Amino acid sequence: MKLPIYMDYNATTPVDPRVLDAMLPYFQDKFGNSASRNHEFGWVAEEAVEKARDQVGSAIGASGKEIIWTSGATESNNIAIKGVAGMYRDKGNHIITQVIEHKAVIDPCKYLEQNGYDVTFLPVDKHGMVHPEQVREAMTDKTILVSIMHGNNEIGTINPIKGIGAVCKERDVIFHVDACQTFAKQPIDVEDMGIDLLSASGHKIYGPKGMGALYVRRKRPRVRCEPIVHGGGHERGMRSGTLNVPGIVGMGRAAELCVEMRVEELPRITALRNRLKDGLFARLPEIFLNGHPTERIPNNLNISFLYVEGESLMMGFSDIAVSSGSACTSASLEPSYVLKALGLGDDLAHSSIRFSIGRFTTEQEIDYTIERVCVAVEKLREMSPLFEMAQEGIDLSKVQWAAH
Amino acid sequence: MAYSSKVVDHYEHPRNVGSLDKSDTRVGTGIVGAPECGDVMKLQIKCDDKGRIVDAKFKTFGCGSAIASSSLATEWVKGKTVDEALQIKNTEIVKELSLPPVKIHCSVLAEDAIRAAINDYKQKQNAATEVASSAH
Repeated sequence: MKLPIYMDYNATTPVDPRVLDAMLPYFQDKFGNSASRNHEFGWVAEEAVEKARDQVGSAIGASGKEIIWTSGATESNNIAIKGVAGMYRDKGNHIITQVIEHKAVIDPCKYLEQNGYDVTFLPVDKHGMVHPEQVREAMTDKTILVSIMHGNNEIGTINPIKGIGAVCKERDVIFHVDACQTFAKQPIDVEDMGIDLLSASGHKIYGPKGMGALYVRRKRPRVRCEPIVHGGGHERGMRSGTLNVPGIVGMGRAAELCVEMRVEELPRITALRNRLKDGLFARLPEIFLNGHPTERIPNNLNISFLYVEGESLMMGFSDIAVSSGSACTSASLEPSYVLKALGLGDDLAHSSIRFSIGRFTTEQEIDYTIERVCVAVEKLREMSPLFEMAQEGIDLSKVQWAAH
Repeated sequence: MAYSSKVVDHYEHPRNVGSLDKSDTRVGTGIVGAPECGDVMKLQIKCDDKGRIVDAKFKTFGCGSAIASSSLATEWVKGKTVDEALQIKNTEIVKELSLPPVKIHCSVLAEDAIRAAINDYKQKQNAATEVASSAH
């Protein structure tokens, strides 16, 4: 077992060796520009790009023709949101999204709010879920776009995308889904779920960083996006720029591998994640799962450890890589907006740790993690004035704190 | 941002974790910070009858830098009189632990904790003197 152990797969993933193998020829050997239409170097590159398009499309039940390549899911989200907003401006100016989207969705929406658009940020329930009825109620005759993520990156909650898609179809509103955490790892069917636009990320699926995709529906209805990057009209006019051929080949192969492996991988990862959860809950009192207990992505575990602060906890098992919703770990000293939106008290928001596992996680690593985390929590509770006060029977919510 | 080795050291081998008897008249207890800020420090001092700090203990809910700052504070106050301890500045803590700018507030809280503990001790001494003088 190699240290440090990586348990932050929701942040990024290592490139699978088979993905790297697929990419390498396109750096030096088959290095052509896929837009070079007149010679073999270009044709070879173009063929690889088109194959990758099909690999990505088939992961979501779409045609390769409906996939455009971007520099990452952040760019995909920007194109989807700003691009649809711009294209359909004459039809309306109202957008519906929700409060715990990734910043790559929230920030474009905030930008549009400054530029003549109305955005409704739907609240989430205590598990972080948004419901179809909420979307239906928020719709007006000016609504042109709904953007709701599939699986949340921080707390793992999966939204009822099919139900929301049905509401959007009812009212003829375009539906965008940020599927970074679920793309290729779980079955997604854009027809069945009524999805019109979908963002995917290369580096979440054991592919390279700097690579993303955007599914843009071509039929029933045909969706169009204004580009945000101009310069040559590549990708059906939606995203100009020479294609990152090696990156694209990598993302395609990564998607293909995820789809091939998920029949075996999904249950394996779910079992490991549950082993971690059960191990911690068996030994530690007063810890709480954040996010939905069952409707959650298989690899994510977000737990608040009462009376113990997140960053100090991470220091206690510094040979395991995780992330925290604590203010201390953010540059802004604000606790995670996702946890706050769940209605979590500050003490629980500062005490949270996100464990996210993946393809290369082993049972040995899980067992080691359980032991290290429990020891660290127990040690920090001994050092915690809040734990001491709680043991004395003091109700912490009634204390007058002398904050400075 | 990697932790400084001194911060890690205070975390791995904290000095003076624990509690003193807060009902003891020679013990001053300071609790500063708030859970919503992610930082709560409890610092206690015990003085001899000449006002010199002979023991100090702390408990902290907070990041590694907060724990190290309060641990260091208990180390530094021991052996000082209360007035000498009031001279401890947060900037000295920052320097000793090599705290980065984003963690300076941890040192400020530790300085506040020292003051709060000393204030509590002084109030208890005043109350004791009043009781003594009103007994005449």
